[in-house]
Amino acid sequence: MHVGVVVFPGSNCDRDVQWAVEGCLGGRVTSLWHTEGSLPPVDAVVLPGGFSYGDYLRCGAIASSAPILRAVAAFAANGGRVLGICNGFQILTEAGLLPGALTRNTGLHFICCDQQLRVASRRSPWLSHLGVDAPLTLPIAHGEGCYHIDQDGLRQLEDRDQIALRYDPSPNGSVASIAGVTSEKGNILGLMPHPERACDQAFGGADGRPILANGKPAGS
Amino acid sequence: MPHFRATVRIGLRPSVVDPAGDATWAAAQRLGYGAVKAVRIGKAIDIELEAEDARTAREQLESLSANLLANPVIENWHLDLHGQEA
Repeated sequence: MHVGVVVFPGSNCDRDVQWAVEGCLGGRVTSLWHTEGSLPPVDAVVLPGGFSYGDYLRCGAIASSAPILRAVAAFAANGGRVLGICNGFQILTEAGLLPGALTRNTGLHFICCDQQLRVASRRSPWLSHLGVDAPLTLPIAHGEGCYHIDQDGLRQLEDRDQIALRYDPSPNGSVASIAGVTSEKGNILGLMPHPERACDQAFGGADGRPILANGKPAGS
Repeated sequence: MPHFRATVRIGLRPSVVDPAGDATWAAAQRLGYGAVKAVRIGKAIDIELEAEDARTAREQLESLSANLLANPVIENWHLDLHGQEA
């Protein structure tokens, strides 16, 4: 498995993703600087967590205009698997590659803990190893993870089976307890929890490991 | 090229919860400002730009506001074009 990890100024989980992919899964990572205009041949692209551009303007807003986002959008349009984790999820919504937006947690706290989740849909290849309603535990660490979308948008998400993960229970006020959504085709997944921090039992859990392993299509 | 100054005011849409505004409202109550009934927090962005005329300046600023400065999923924006400078 060869994964491209996009690095923005202020990304701070890019090395965690690299550790998970290389150290835990035996794959290979190529770091992709945000100014690059094209991608090398990779199986998947990960937009990691962090505070790209210091969260200036809005979380993910400045990063969404970076040159590499055009290359990521083209990769996704061709069916490539794209995973946005935490700030990476915020960037994908700001770039219009995923619906909705992430706003400040209703309790105002930055929340850092292990979070119970449930699979809402296994349509995305990133979650295809799981059953619908399956429980999983992943770490969360965010101050602006409250997912917002209007009522029409929510209905559309439900109709198109684009809600991937829900909190159980919701820690941050997200609409419909949404923790992750997919693109219409399912190949782009954005989620606030951090699968890369749960890839080894030494870290207290490994529910994230098969999610990252899905970066490589089975049998290829 | 004429020089313009403008301010874009951005606020959360009414349907979006504003926990920072709510916390500020609660602090105002604690300090005795019981007359304060609601607080919503936004931001103001001051911009200078050059454009051929006021109409072009407004078009550029409206496009900028809709595409970058505000996220229409959660925010509204209002443009004040302060006029042309000498």
